[in-house]
Amino acid sequence: MTAIAAPAGLRETGPSPLTRTKWAVSDTLTITRRNLIVWYRVPAYIFFSVVQPVIFVLLFRYVFGGAIPVHGTTYVQYLLPGIIGQTAAFASFGTAIALAQELQKGVIDRLRSMPMARSAVLAGRLVADSVRMLVTILIIVAVGYAVGFRFTNGVAAAIAMIALATVFGLAICCIAAFTGLAIGDEESVQSFGLIWLFPLTFVSSAFVPIATMPGWLQAFANNQPVTFVIDAMRALALGHQPVAADMLKSIAWLIGIFVVFVPLSVRAYKRAV
Amino acid sequence: MAEASSGPAIQVEGLTKSFGDVRALRGIDLSVPRGTVLGVLGPNGAGKTTAVRILTTLLRPDGGRAIVEGLDVVRNDAAVRRVIGLSGQSAAIQEELTGKENLELIGRLYHLSWPDARSRAAELLSQFDLVDAADRHAKTYSGGMQRRLDLAASLVGQPKVLFLDEPTTGLDPRSRLSMWDVIRSLAAGGTTILLTTQYLDEADELADTIVVFDHGKVIAQGTAEDLKGRIGGDVIEFAVPDRTRINDAVAAIKPIGDGEPHLDADTGIVGIGVGGRGSDALIEAVRSLDAAEVVTHGLALRRPSLDDVFLALTGHAAEEDGQPESKRGGRRKGKPADSDTAKARKDNA
Repeated sequence: MTAIAAPAGLRETGPSPLTRTKWAVSDTLTITRRNLIVWYRVPAYIFFSVVQPVIFVLLFRYVFGGAIPVHGTTYVQYLLPGIIGQTAAFASFGTAIALAQELQKGVIDRLRSMPMARSAVLAGRLVADSVRMLVTILIIVAVGYAVGFRFTNGVAAAIAMIALATVFGLAICCIAAFTGLAIGDEESVQSFGLIWLFPLTFVSSAFVPIATMPGWLQAFANNQPVTFVIDAMRALALGHQPVAADMLKSIAWLIGIFVVFVPLSVRAYKRAV
Repeated sequence: MAEASSGPAIQVEGLTKSFGDVRALRGIDLSVPRGTVLGVLGPNGAGKTTAVRILTTLLRPDGGRAIVEGLDVVRNDAAVRRVIGLSGQSAAIQEELTGKENLELIGRLYHLSWPDARSRAAELLSQFDLVDAADRHAKTYSGGMQRRLDLAASLVGQPKVLFLDEPTTGLDPRSRLSMWDVIRSLAAGGTTILLTTQYLDEADELADTIVVFDHGKVIAQGTAEDLKGRIGGDVIEFAVPDRTRINDAVAAIKPIGDGEPHLDADTGIVGIGVGGRGSDALIEAVRSLDAAEVVTHGLALRRPSLDDVFLALTGHAAEEDGQPESKRGGRRKGKPADSDTAKARKDNA
């Protein structure tokens, strides 16, 4: 090495805040791009995020649906917002598993030892997962249209529903990012995801009216965030009932989740051993 | 606080780190002059990886000081990351991306422009003999190719100091030799390298200076020659199937070796250090054992192993505590890391 190192004091100051922000954005986009390339190259990921939700739509529309009575609308109308909400929540499996894998394989070590923005790995993961989620949601809407679903509350409300579903999914992804980094083992992360996400999405208003559940279960189902979000989505999609109350509760829950789990995930990332 | 830039590339003083009750590092001192290769030798759990993780800013030490290129790894961690490269124990590459895409991605994260990232990737692919595989998904690469790609990725930012954590663990002998060539050429190019290894021959081949870690401490330090002098060179080893004759065997070979023969009563394996007189000593051993009418199995001359180093330096064999690396090992379950290590060790024997 012939180059004489710059005085340490000079290097310590590092890049300006503006440059750092620019780099953080560019790093996030680079990581996002990488994650999306990986996503479309792995058939299993495509299956999990696209084919499986479509199978769910068909299964509930044509197999279970006939046995589930709903008031004031048809089952396919009731189902679609629910299945979109569940799909958004289940997108978080991808987040948790990918982060756990990267941790196991040493990819996160490599990235943390580089002079890139430390926020970019998590941010790029969440941006890519949101894009992935949005694609999945649009596919489900298309399949829904093919099997008889229709938005009946106007375009703006339909877009609001999709946006709510995406933000909801992103919130669940933040929880999953934390579990993925904190647990750090792919299989455990997957089982853990099943343990909390299955009850949360199925014991909600997603697939059946809560009134059909036993009383003790209703107490839970009526007061948990998935129900609020899905009821708000349904109201936005169908316009069959007022949206304000459920929307406010959803927003409060979502803010709560972000406030708790974004710092926890960042901390888990910084400490990931 | 900054050292003069003519100081050593790596300077470590009294470094300590504990994980719960496990004291992974108990006061490590190191000094690596610029442009040299330091080999950190030790068994699993000796603290090698912990030291590397602290020096690469991935872990914060509990006590002591570590300076890399004049920069404190705790207070100037961001600046340290601009001058180092790290290649860890497993290939930290994205298997679904091609070799070229992997390197371009890393280049972008080093804030190179797209054209620069592309040309840097092309340069490294040719340097690491991966041009033909450049457009294949890294998943299809052999273990050796994946590790070369990983090493290439650690060089994208043209680091002044390169940390290689067990760069050949799990590789077959041929890939291992090609990895050695790559590391030698990097060292020849003036990069300061700290490399950890479980293999004495690897440290011997690559390092200017070797430090031996045991239970989070440096127990020996010197050139490969110094250490081999202390170990006493080559070892003759054989098994005695008839355990009742072990003592006769020990008596027969004792005059040939330097110092006492050591024997493992459980396996019936007898070994003795014979210094630099390898082949002559082997012939003598055959004659004496034959004269004593002792039947042996697998009589052979071998180069000293890590176990011999430990036996010579500490009086005990290299123990695998499994801590704190086991914490990571636990996370890595599902990957055949242990069997890889076992395999590599067998290859090495």
